[in-house]
Amino acid sequence: MSTRASTLTGRIMSAPSIIVLFLWMAVPLGMTIYFSFLRYNLLSPGMEEWIGTLNYEFFLTDPAFFASLANTLLLVGSVLVITVVGGILLGLMLDQPIFGRGILRLLVIAPFFIMPTVNALVWKNLLMDPVSGMFAWIASLFGLPAIDWFTNAPLTSIIIMVSWQWLPFAVLILLTALQSLDRDQKEAAQMDGAGPISIFFYITLPHLSRAITVVVLIETIFLLTVFAEIFVTTGGGPGLATTNIAFLVYTQALLQFDVGGASAGGIVAVILANIVAIFLIRLIGKNLDN
Amino acid sequence: MGAIRLEKVKKTFGTLDVIPGVDLDINDGEFVVFVGPSGCGKSTLLRLIAGLEDVTDGKILINGTDVANEAPAKRGLSMVFQSYALYPHMTVYNNIAFGLKMAGESKEVIEEKVQSAAKILNLTDYLERRPSALSGGQRQRVAIGRAIVRNPAAFLFDEPLSNLDAALRVNMRLEITGLHQELKTTMIYVTHDQVEAMTMADKIVVLQAGRVEQVGKPMDLYNSPANKFVAGFIGSPKMNFLGGELAQKHSCHEIGIRPEHVAVSTESGEIPATVKIAEHLGAETYLHVEADGYGPMTVRATGEVPLGEHDKIFLTPEQDRIHRFDAHGLALGNS
Repeated sequence: MSTRASTLTGRIMSAPSIIVLFLWMAVPLGMTIYFSFLRYNLLSPGMEEWIGTLNYEFFLTDPAFFASLANTLLLVGSVLVITVVGGILLGLMLDQPIFGRGILRLLVIAPFFIMPTVNALVWKNLLMDPVSGMFAWIASLFGLPAIDWFTNAPLTSIIIMVSWQWLPFAVLILLTALQSLDRDQKEAAQMDGAGPISIFFYITLPHLSRAITVVVLIETIFLLTVFAEIFVTTGGGPGLATTNIAFLVYTQALLQFDVGGASAGGIVAVILANIVAIFLIRLIGKNLDN
Repeated sequence: MGAIRLEKVKKTFGTLDVIPGVDLDINDGEFVVFVGPSGCGKSTLLRLIAGLEDVTDGKILINGTDVANEAPAKRGLSMVFQSYALYPHMTVYNNIAFGLKMAGESKEVIEEKVQSAAKILNLTDYLERRPSALSGGQRQRVAIGRAIVRNPAAFLFDEPLSNLDAALRVNMRLEITGLHQELKTTMIYVTHDQVEAMTMADKIVVLQAGRVEQVGKPMDLYNSPANKFVAGFIGSPKMNFLGGELAQKHSCHEIGIRPEHVAVSTESGEIPATVKIAEHLGAETYLHVEADGYGPMTVRATGEVPLGEHDKIFLTPEQDRIHRFDAHGLALGNS
């Protein structure tokens, strides 16, 4: 299947889908870049005009930008730490022959199948609500005052919710990696006099490095754009306490109707995501080699 | 020093009796081979000695102290695994040093011991490599190096050569034997390959279904097997077992005769037979024949024998090489 004719046929046959996919990606990106250089507000239609990089200047000098950048990084970093550490611990537990392991595995995986909006509603109304929530009830059992999560610890609440959503993913990847660890290696380490803790740090953890890299890379891609949980619960507040870049772009476009500014914000977000991606690949991508 | 003694060692998995009760004495400095067909419990027995499995009952004495309930590392044994079980993310140096590091040795002592082990095993040039960059034989040597540095009371080998190709296997066989002569440490070696057992062992332990069938020097097992199982297992090609008239003549249930102890003639002999397949190896010829009244037999003739399919021949067992067995398969002694 590698004659010149068959290669050409193959290219012609796959061309339509490649062209469609390219347009699908390139046209919105091109339009976003174009809009980001316009004064374009939906409240004053027909007044569009070229204003150069003014939108970028406004967006990048806006104090809200730095606050939301900090929130984004804090959110991504915290959720990564929680899911990786929690994922390893849960993975280790589920790898043991414990009672009810099959059911337990299913339960641990379940949150991943719940959509983010539903997840946020469950946490907001059933768990974290200061009046009727389960946490408030538990606190009352111990005679403690209820915590008003979204007022007193808004970003922490978001981090908890998102971590809960992403923990199953980490467990799933890390558990399969744990299961592929050669039993002989653990036994050899045992013969070499390593205790359970030494085996974990010298054998298990290095074995998991690739899986951890995969978890960190994939989660980072999705966590940079967390939106539903913020929209449903805090709406970015109080103040800017839970506004991340994605939510800031949303407020620009659909609350202030500033399409030009939102486009500039979108492009900035794309560039930031790429910077994070390059940084991550440089830092831990070597684990994926060999 | 490494004298190991097993007293009524028992192992059950659930209701399954893997090892019903084994007694065995291994002297200091001996090279002992556990041999038997797959599933005979030889690996389990080794893992019991190593401490990777708990004994159900019985005692394991190393230099006189019972270690049956000790952790593996406390027993002072080293093991070489079939899969080598090298730590893939560590260099060869760190692989060999790991046990010493866990024992809390100083950097200088580790350096010295690793270097000397590397020298014995010709690994000095490879110390900074990862296992994935090594050939099968080199990995095997790293696994042995990891065992040597701990200066164990005994080495345990679990089918260490079965992942190597035939030529390398012969080499490593010689290397391990050479290592034993150099170190003079007790070695217990598990294999299903009777050639490895015959060539390497000071003492062979033949196992079947978790029971010790016979213990002895290789040539003792070859010359006077205790029963039909050992007779059939030791020696290649397998011993021929004949019943009928010939057995009656030797007043037993069945006789056994090794392929190399049968004289072949085209003119006259005790058993007439027809050649089915002749395998010409140059130095020797294996004849797979159909013996009249006795069924298929294998005969080994030295040198080139001009015989082929359908040739009629006569076989004569060497009288003093005939093994006699009773109805239970137990040897009756030479007639």
